[in-house]
Amino acid sequence: MSNDHAAQGLHAVRMRAVDKFFGEGDARTHVLKSTDFEARLGELVMLVGPSGCGKTTLLSVLAGTLDADGGEVSVFDTRIDQITPSQLTRFRAVNIGFIFQQFNLIPTLTAAENVSVPLLIQGKPNGEALKRAKAVLETVGLGHKANDRPSKLSGGQQQRVAIARALVHEPRLLICDEPTSALDRENGALVMQLLRDVARAPNRTVIIVTHDSRIYSYADRMAEMEDGRVFRVLNSPAEIAEAHHGH
Amino acid sequence: MYLVALKMLFGDQSKYMMLVSGMAFATLLMAQQSALFCGLMTWTYSPLVNMNIAIWVSDPKVEQVNENKSLRDTDADRVRSVDGVAWAAPLHQSIVVARDPTNSNFKFITLEGLDPTTLAGAPAKVVEGSVEALRRPGTVVIDLFAVERFSEGRDSPIGVGDFLEINDNQAEIVGIVDVQRPFIGGPFVYTTYDRAVGGYAYRSRKMLTFVLAEPAPGLTPAEVARRIEQQTGLAAHTREEFKWSTIRWFFKNTGIPAVMGITVMIGLIVGMAISAQTFYSFVLENTRFLGALKAMGTPTPTLCKMLLFQSIAVGLIGYGIGMGITVAFGRMAMNTRQIPYAIPWQVPALVLGIVLLISSVAALSGILRIARLEPAIVFRA
Repeated sequence: MSNDHAAQGLHAVRMRAVDKFFGEGDARTHVLKSTDFEARLGELVMLVGPSGCGKTTLLSVLAGTLDADGGEVSVFDTRIDQITPSQLTRFRAVNIGFIFQQFNLIPTLTAAENVSVPLLIQGKPNGEALKRAKAVLETVGLGHKANDRPSKLSGGQQQRVAIARALVHEPRLLICDEPTSALDRENGALVMQLLRDVARAPNRTVIIVTHDSRIYSYADRMAEMEDGRVFRVLNSPAEIAEAHHGH
Repeated sequence: MYLVALKMLFGDQSKYMMLVSGMAFATLLMAQQSALFCGLMTWTYSPLVNMNIAIWVSDPKVEQVNENKSLRDTDADRVRSVDGVAWAAPLHQSIVVARDPTNSNFKFITLEGLDPTTLAGAPAKVVEGSVEALRRPGTVVIDLFAVERFSEGRDSPIGVGDFLEINDNQAEIVGIVDVQRPFIGGPFVYTTYDRAVGGYAYRSRKMLTFVLAEPAPGLTPAEVARRIEQQTGLAAHTREEFKWSTIRWFFKNTGIPAVMGITVMIGLIVGMAISAQTFYSFVLENTRFLGALKAMGTPTPTLCKMLLFQSIAVGLIGYGIGMGITVAFGRMAMNTRQIPYAIPWQVPALVLGIVLLISSVAALSGILRIARLEPAIVFRA
């Protein structure tokens, strides 16, 4: 565990018996099958499993971007399955930072402008948001690229900009979808180092969905999924190393 | 967030140019056709503009200023006798053929016979010569359009001191005036009433076309016009009333509004088709980023407002360019005097309204998509 909260086992995310279906009639698919999942404050949790096992759906439900069809979803003690859509939108804007597989940086904005977006969503003035964005870009080592557009940045740099964007409004939960899948080993390691540092900040939790076994060693805990369920939880780096021997 | 919306829009240069071009083209098509239409309509009531008389008295059957249904010669005196009429003067107006004796070139002209004593209704803007010279026998004043028409085939332009043959009577040109061109008939040729009815015009039993009148001080033209109607049984129109009855007549009796209306509709449809399609494709291409904004906590109404803002921004830029070209073309057209063109405030206002409608419809195509967009889409590779 990476800090005191984690050590105390304070929950950041708790999902209980969550169900999710897609489609109608004969095409109806049961994607999450009474799934349980939890992540604690101060830890970096990885969610792994084969393609189609429901990792992304689980991530979407706990991020509040997809409604669950049953069960309980609690994030920082807020039942996000019970609040109104506009309350949920506001909750996401304040509490959750997103890092996407394809970065999703707006190509016509500079790096600093991209990073400032979460602050603008919260209604911060443009000048103030840009100033803060540049400061966060410095912390990810990209201060000198603040005025460059994403097309002028390498994949690794783009992902670091995306990390800066996810952190700029200081969310307590960071949701990362395959953050290293588009990166080479060196950039992947750099990004994971950053994310691990982020997870060690007080009152923060990082949840990563990944296929990339090269980064398993950065996890504090790991939830393994198969066929719509979390079937095993590895509760320490040692357990992870043992279970994924050779990675 | 509106700044982000603008940067997203301006950054996609090909879509942006396409959208602006579509809007500018639609604006140009609609504004130019409307301006041509208004110009044509302005030409239909040119005598009203050129003569600047407050009250026009006519036969009750007359519906518009170009109709020549004559009154009795005594009707001018009857109008004068109405209480509240400051003065009244006869006017003869008819279309006749005039010939240039130097080359036998003949043209239709609109002959205006003015009261010989007061020359009431004489044009104000004299380019050459003098309107007062009409008091000399056998004289006419012609407009610039007549100069243009009768100069065709001459070594030098027709001008003051030259002659025209009107209905086999020789008429010396003593002045050139700048007036608005007519829609019906040919160039305006001014002479005195007695000379017009005495030989220049084709002879008929009654020759008085209109009685021109002014209200006494303190009375409005409408008040006096109603008194004239009550006391004489004739029709009396204020300038504004006659203008609109003339326009109504052309609306009812010609296909011009329909033709122009169809072109304006084409402008609207083309603008809407280009803009809505291009904007929708812009939204489609940006779905991933808009989804990311939604996932990061941008409320759906804010995203919809951003799309509307983008669409309206493009609409206003296109409108500015389209109206700019329309005005530039209008200036050229007005300088040539060949093309009817008028841009009253209603034209830019109407076109702006339509452009905003097109922008809203274009935005709606994107809004419907974004409103239904699940933010979870950003987690799908």
